[in-house]
Amino acid sequence: MPERDEPTGALVRPYAVTRGRTRPKLEIALEALVETTVRGRSTGPGRGGSEHQYIAAMCDGGRVQSLAEIAARMQLPLGVARVIVADMAHDGLVAVYEPTSLDDETDAVGTELLERVLSGLRRL
Amino acid sequence: MSRRPTAGRVTSAKIVIAGGFGVGKTTLVGSVSEITPLTTEAIMTSAGVGVDDNRQVPGKTTTTVAMDFGRISIDRDLILYLFGTPGRTRFWFMWDELVRGAIGAVVMVDTRRLADCFAAIDFFEHRRLPYLVAINCFDGMQYHNAQDVRDALAISSDVPVVSCDARNRESTKNVLISLVEYVLTMRRSRAVAPA
Repeated sequence: MPERDEPTGALVRPYAVTRGRTRPKLEIALEALVETTVRGRSTGPGRGGSEHQYIAAMCDGGRVQSLAEIAARMQLPLGVARVIVADMAHDGLVAVYEPTSLDDETDAVGTELLERVLSGLRRL
Repeated sequence: MSRRPTAGRVTSAKIVIAGGFGVGKTTLVGSVSEITPLTTEAIMTSAGVGVDDNRQVPGKTTTTVAMDFGRISIDRDLILYLFGTPGRTRFWFMWDELVRGAIGAVVMVDTRRLADCFAAIDFFEHRRLPYLVAINCFDGMQYHNAQDVRDALAISSDVPVVSCDARNRESTKNVLISLVEYVLTMRRSRAVAPA
């Protein structure tokens, strides 16, 4: 695994695309899925700039991507990608699907999710 | 303000892959992932000072942490992500985010460097995240048996300890299956008899 502990200019500068904002409009989990909406698909180059277009293209056509994938593929720090995706969700350009909570151990939804994961892994 | 659609739509889950530097986390992720493992980076800016201990480095205002991850499509509407922990455990600020909502964790162990996984085990126990220990057998060699490892790590008898070859897809698959089975078993027992 690469060890990249040292800050580099290339990683700090991207906060320029969020106009210096580090707080997203919406908390988005690392593994939350992002899908482009009809509105996001039809929106041309607008105030969001090329990052919005790139993300809209990446998450279109049923190819949902997690926040982590968006950040990795755009080579943006996670925090920057989160601010951008939250802006896009706020503007209705993407839908964000949060992971199913597993916190409540008596919750059947969480248990069913785990069962789906298990049978999916067995089918691999 | 949330536009998040609710149940019945696509959703995701994650499993955390932890262990010391060079123990094979990325290899394990890569052996079963449908994508070449990607790397995502997080920056701790000066706003985060106090969360981690970077005040001891004068003039340093940012720290970058890299995490490798992979993806498995479980079915049409469910994607499982495998996130490797940052190689150096001192970056705890990222671990909080990694474990939040996770199914559980795989703690990978190289028996020649057992102590490398202590910090991860402490962290998961503290956060009550279910985990199993996977002994990565480099070159097919296992230098200690599972019971020795269990004793050395002083972990509870119900925590599964398994052997694996991180390079092997079937082996990795079995590790993940063991973890989810363990989590489900614990969940069912607690749902029936709350502690």
